[in-house]
Formats: sequence, structure tokens, C-alpha cells
Amino acid sequence: MKVAYWPGCVSRGFTPELHGSMAKVAPLLDIELVELNRANCCGAGVIAEHSQELADTLNARTFALAQKEIEQGADLMMNICSTCQGAQGECQERLDASAEYRAEVNKHLTPEGLEYAKGLVNKNFLWVLVEELGLDELAKRVKRPLTDLKVGPFYGCYIVRPTDRLGIDDENPRDTYLEQVIETLGGTVVDYSGAQKCCGFPISLMQKETSMRMAGQNLGEAKDQGADCLVTPCPLCHLNLDMQQPVVSKTIGRDLQMPVLHLPQMVGLALGMDPKELGLGKHVVKPTSVIDWTTSVVGSVGALSAA
Amino acid sequence: MSTIENTDATEAKPEGLQEFTLRLRRYDPESGQAPYFEEFQIELEPHRSVLDGILQAKAKEDGSIGVRCSCRAAICGSCGTRINDKPGLACHTHLDEALKRSKDGKITIEPLGNMPVIKDLIVDMDAVHWKKQARVTPWLLPKEPLPEREHIVPRESMVDVTQSMACIQCGACVSDCLSMEIDPLFVGPAALAKAYRFVGDPRDSRHAERLSNLAEDPHGIYACTHCFKCIEACPKGVAPMSQIMRLRRIASQDHHINDRNNGERHEMAIVNSVKKYGTLNEAKMVPDSYGGPLAPAAAKELVASLPVITKALLRRKVTPKTALFHHKNPDQAQIKRIYQEVQGREQRLELNLYITQPDEDPAELAAHEAHVAEAAAHDAAEQAERAATNQTEAGA
Repeated sequence: MKVAYWPGCVSRGFTPELHGSMAKVAPLLDIELVELNRANCCGAGVIAEHSQELADTLNARTFALAQKEIEQGADLMMNICSTCQGAQGECQERLDASAEYRAEVNKHLTPEGLEYAKGLVNKNFLWVLVEELGLDELAKRVKRPLTDLKVGPFYGCYIVRPTDRLGIDDENPRDTYLEQVIETLGGTVVDYSGAQKCCGFPISLMQKETSMRMAGQNLGEAKDQGADCLVTPCPLCHLNLDMQQPVVSKTIGRDLQMPVLHLPQMVGLALGMDPKELGLGKHVVKPTSVIDWTTSVVGSVGALSAA
Repeated sequence: MSTIENTDATEAKPEGLQEFTLRLRRYDPESGQAPYFEEFQIELEPHRSVLDGILQAKAKEDGSIGVRCSCRAAICGSCGTRINDKPGLACHTHLDEALKRSKDGKITIEPLGNMPVIKDLIVDMDAVHWKKQARVTPWLLPKEPLPEREHIVPRESMVDVTQSMACIQCGACVSDCLSMEIDPLFVGPAALAKAYRFVGDPRDSRHAERLSNLAEDPHGIYACTHCFKCIEACPKGVAPMSQIMRLRRIASQDHHINDRNNGERHEMAIVNSVKKYGTLNEAKMVPDSYGGPLAPAAAKELVASLPVITKALLRRKVTPKTALFHHKNPDQAQIKRIYQEVQGREQRLELNLYITQPDEDPAELAAHEAHVAEAAAHDAAEQAERAATNQTEAGA
């Protein structure tokens, strides 16, 4: 499978381990990544809040670049960020809905010979795993099942709501894919109330305390339900849940020590990759409860505190 | 309960009826007892509503079940409840649909969240929902003196506020608001949608005051975490979060309100970062959102963030080079040109799919027409056959 790959901003900024692990895991899944180096930020919903036309045009530009790769043989566009999925999906909904509006937006792209044509397929890595690769195929490639590893799924708002725009229905229950992937990799799903709640990131610079408490409530709930770690397809959630975790712990007065994995990292571990190679050492809360660093055996009960 | 079941068992079940199990959350604060779940068996046609089910249980088994309802037609907004963990109107949810969404074959019904329970499914709307509505001055404040006759306004401007006017005050969005769950003082989705109803109304004369009031409030428009819960919850398509985003857009772009919550500065930090680099430069988000690298608030926040920054550097998440020199998109000139073109417009170009229906899909339309033609041909054939049979019968 060949995909027009949009890594996003944060995966090349403050969570470089996400982009890094994706690039390393892809060949093991026979996914060829054609990176969209010239594409731009999706706006994370904020540019759309500022100006709808600006956000729609910027994303139409990214879509048009992806469509050029699709003409050259890529199967679809792939992203690795829940926020990109949701923000791009919102713009695509408007662009696809009206030929008149699309033509107006495309006018901004014509000087460079770009044009967005209705109907791009843009899927997060999570959806690609389940819908394009297939769970049976994924299971076949597992070399080191995540036996005894208790994982709390954390989706990120943008990839689960609104359900109709995201194409979540009986046929494609995309709001259950993380659980399905965890189980396919041999892990145990932890059922806790935070899986589809907000990490608090969008207001971390506006209402910091509320933001930290949101993250804290979800991390604490996962801990209460016995999770060894969380896994997320969203790097923005990762920033609030992992990078800010020491501040979160301080705000809610509870030592959390909850490692948070990026989705490709969890897949990579089950496919037998080395934790360091997957960038697990770059996390603020090192996943020592996930990995026994001495033997790299997944699922061994946690060593001591990590951070 | 058992006597009813026995009588039912002896009678023949009328056609089309199906048995459902409702699991109701019961709670009477005056009893001193903790909340508990109680199950009720009801029997109704599957297309009937969850509310009909609750009312049957109340009528046949336990008259003390507390539930609020009136119109039973999704208009009055009285019967907001949580059904299998999702908020909505009990009268607008079919039993078979609810059953499909349940995890264990039983339909779980709970009171709305984020509000205190008065009894069972009845929550105290006055304590939360109506108090927050009152907070946004939910009435028109027109310019004085009033025109002698009616206000004349452009048609489009009133169409624009119809979405927020569709609210029936059921409280479903309030129930699931994730910001309000953590910060109970947050003005919240229903009230802010109502605020847009007046900020978007050209007859109102206090747009600036309304907006600055909500932008400066630490629990106002910039406390919304953009989680889409209210959009998903609303049974009327009001999309409260979209209305909050419009309030922010008008506050920062039309009224240039530089609020103390960093709302406008944070918006511009992201907008300008993409204009300059094509991607987000996270290292600049904190200083720019707090008023620039030299602002005292920014310095304070940066000092507070030092442990996080140090850890990120220690873990090699960030290197000083990546933090200080952000990569620029090779086609940055294109992106800048797009900014200039869009920002140079006199009037914002927007598409609201609540008002503008999507284009008809030619493929779907063709499929539909083919289907209609096929059905007509089928009917004609049947009619001809019937006529032929009648003729034969008549002949016989």
C-alpha cells in the first residue's frame, strides 16, 4: 500500500518520536509513505475559527498535493493525528458539499496549477490499520504479543466526534478501533471513563488549570482502573497527557506516572521492534511500566518510577 | 410486578409487541439512600419511544418513577435524559434504536449530567441551565428610540441566527459538556449558543458589550475546549460549539477584543505561525499567546514552564536548534499569497451547511431516478398482469 502521508506539525516538532516511529513501523506493514513535505498545517480548528475560507483553502491545498500523489499511484492520503483528521475533515465536508464554494476556494490555488477535486480519501493511521490493512493481516505480523499489558485507549475528540462527519456507523465503528487494535496486538483493553473525553490541550494556554485538571481526571481514571499505559493516535493529546504530566500531577495533587504511547509505537512494540528505536526514551514519563528495559520484554510488571 | 407478569403471560401477546428491559437510575435525595439502578420489563412496538417505555413502567409498575415530559414530540425539550451514556430526548429515541446501542441488551436510562438530581430522571434545570441562560442577557437590546414600525433587516442575517434559534432548551448539551464537568462556572454550550443568537442579530445594539463580557470572563467563550460533545448531543442541530467559534471570530476579528484569557492572542499566534512557516512553531506558542516574549505574563509562564522545557530538552524531544530555528515550508510564498487574498476580502466568505444543503450528488440522483423508473415499470407490469387475469376471469 502506498499512501500520501501528512505527518502534521507536532509530530515533527515536540513529539518527534511519533513521526520517527511511524517511519520505522510502516515498512513492517508494507506501507510506503510518500511524505507531503510541501503541505501545510491543518489549522487545528483555530484557523477555521479565525477564518473559514482561510482554513478551507489551506487544507484544499494539502488535499490537492495529496491528489497529485494519488495520480502517481498512491492509494489514499494518510495522517497520524486525530486533530488533523478532524480539522481536515471539517474543511473537506464544506468543500465536497458545494461545487460553487469549491470553485471559489480553488481560485486561490490556480496560480500554482493546484486544484482540489471532490472526494479525497483521507484516513488516520488507526483507520488504515483496520480498514485498509485489516486486523487479520496485522495479527499475522505480531512477533511479541503485548501479553498482560493493560492499555487504556485515548482517542482524542477530533477523531470520534461528530460521528456523522467522521463516518462512524455500524459498518465502520471507528470509535472502537483502538480497542480492536489493542486486542489484536495481544494486549488487554482497560475500560475507563476517559477514553473518548478531552485531554484539555486546546485550552492549555487560555485556561491552564481547567486544562490540567481535564488531563488529570483522565489519567487518574485510567490509573484507578488498573491501566499500565495509555495509547493515543493524537500528538496534541500526547503533549497534555505526557509532556505536561508533571504539571498535571502537581495541579491535582496526585502522583500519576502514567506512560502514554503513540499508536505506531504500540504497533512497533508488538511487531518486535526495540523500544529505544521507537523513541520511547523521549517521553517525559518513560514507559518503564510497559517495558523492562533490561530485556525489552513487553508486559513485564513495571520497574520503578520513570520520570 | 410478578402479578402483572403472570397476567401478561396468560394472555396472548398482541401482534408487533416486543419486550424491552429498562434499567433506570433511581435516586431520591430526600430518602437518604444512595442512587441505585432498577430494572423494568416493558412491552411495546419497537418503533415507540423510550419515553413511552418509561411511562408504561410508571403506569403499570411503579408510580413513583420521577420523569419530566410534556409534548412527546421533540418540541418542548422536557424529557432530556441520558440513554446508554448518550444525552438526548427520551421521546425522540426509538426503543429498537436504543436497544441496538446498549452493551448488554438492556436500555440504561439516567438523568442528565452536570446538573443536580431532584428525583430519578428529573434534574434541577434552574440551578444550572436556566441560571446560565440568564447570564448571557437572553433578550434583544435594540437601539433606542425604536423604529416607528418594524425593524428592516437583510434576510440572510436572520437566516444566519436560525440555527441558534432552533434550541429547545432541553439541556442535552449541558449534560455532556466536558469543560463544565471540570469547571462548573463555565457559561456552557446552550447559553453561549443563545448569546450568538443576539450577537448575530442586526437589530441588537450591544454586540461589543456582549462579546467583551464573554471574552473577558475566565469561564466564557475561551473556556470551551472544542470537544464536539455538544454538537453530538444536540437533537436539533444547533451545533453550540460552532456558535461559540463564531462568537470568538467576531470578538477577535470584528471587535478586536484583546482579552485577558489569551484567547485572541492564541488565535493570532497560530494564524501567524502558519503564515510565516506553513506549520505550527510550538516554541513560540507560549510567549506569543501570553503577549509576546517581553510581556511580564509570558515571562512568568515561561519560568513556570521551565521544568517541562528542561525535561523536554533532557529527553531530546526538543533540541535547542529545533526550538529556535523552525523549519519553513519550501512553498511559503504560496501560503502567504493565500493569506493576502483571503484577508483582502471585504466580506468573509462562509458556507454554513445548516442553511445551505449539500449539492445533489449526480450519481445518487441517477441511481434514485433509475430506482423510481424500475418501480414504475414493475407497477405497470403488475397492473397489466392483473388486468389480463381479470379479463381471463371475466372470460371464464
